[in-house]
Amino acid sequence: MTDTQWDLWEVFTQKKPGAPFEHAGSVRASDKEIALQNARDVYSRRNEATCLWVVKSDQIVSSSPEDLGSFFEPANDKVYRHPNFYKTPEGIKQI
Amino acid sequence: MSNVTDIKKLEDAFEAKIAAGITIEPKDWMPEKYRKQLIRMMSQHAHSEVVGMLPEGNWITRAPSLSRKVCLLAKVQDEAGHGLYIYSATETLGADRVELLNQFLNGSAKYSSIFNYPTLNWADMGAIGWLVDGAAIVNQTALAKCSYGPYARAMLRICKEENFHHKQGYQILANMMNGSDAQKKMAQDAVNRFWWPSLMMFGPSDTNSPNSADLMRWKVKLYSNDDLRQRFIDRTVPQAEAIGIKLPDEKLNYNTQKRSYDWGEINWDEFNAVISGNGPCNQQRMKQRKDAHQNGQWVREAAQAYASKKSKLQAA
Repeated sequence: MTDTQWDLWEVFTQKKPGAPFEHAGSVRASDKEIALQNARDVYSRRNEATCLWVVKSDQIVSSSPEDLGSFFEPANDKVYRHPNFYKTPEGIKQI
Repeated sequence: MSNVTDIKKLEDAFEAKIAAGITIEPKDWMPEKYRKQLIRMMSQHAHSEVVGMLPEGNWITRAPSLSRKVCLLAKVQDEAGHGLYIYSATETLGADRVELLNQFLNGSAKYSSIFNYPTLNWADMGAIGWLVDGAAIVNQTALAKCSYGPYARAMLRICKEENFHHKQGYQILANMMNGSDAQKKMAQDAVNRFWWPSLMMFGPSDTNSPNSADLMRWKVKLYSNDDLRQRFIDRTVPQAEAIGIKLPDEKLNYNTQKRSYDWGEINWDEFNAVISGNGPCNQQRMKQRKDAHQNGQWVREAAQAYASKKSKLQAA
């Protein structure tokens, strides 16, 4: 058997309940249980996480940076999606 | 448009990003040389974290108290974690983990020369935490601002953890300097042996550092080796004085004009000997590392076999 370093998994940590999950880094693991344990040992030795996600790296779909222009372009000319596009008569509050 | 002008355009865009202080992320275009230099630097850094476990691991079973033992154990475990952060950050550049490990095991990749010095007594744990981790913090704090995102983020995490290592080491020496004459002598002896090798950790002098110019232009390195070395000296001398440790450099003297310490000369022959494989422990470290890799092989295989068997059962 050739040497194996196991599959690559991406690790996401949640700092406290209710907080969004953030990418922390990656680990190598042979299966999902070991991926979770390795993720805990590598990225949360000091209670940095209250919950962990592990996802096989080859399962992640990402937009590519070269598409930055064209892919996100549709949002560029839609200023009316922001509240400061709209004007209100003077003196109006809490709107 | 020809291929050459394509590449020129990409290069210009890359240099403009670096100049504007925008971090480079894994899927961004980058010059091959940037990628190669980073893989070289980051893998050496990861290997250093892993080898760094050996000199201290040597003292875990002989720590003078249970409390010292758990502290040292946690520190060594951190070093393993640091190795893993940096290996995974290196993989984002398209480097293959197995190949990186092979370069390490067959000796074609370097690691920090400091770990080729022996740890002779408990005071060495103090000297390593205080000086070696102290030097590493100075280096890594600079790297935390480097242009490659995954490396910078790994460094941020590592710096936070190194602070405990640094204080843990200093406390060991401070306690010994408060103890018996024999303990004071031991602490002083450890610092005598580790001071100069710690200064060597910053690498060759700027005038003799082949990769520095590119790395600085690309903001992988933000400060020169000599600047970081000086920064380390300036913050460490007062710490030595505070606990009555004498740093082994007759020329060490505060220069009021430049508000910084003047100091002696590194023995570059020793530095070159150690990085080319002739330090006191190079062979021993490599042997330990190879043995650990071989002895772990059955674990890697067994876990893999278990995982394949389980997924077959689930598919059936």
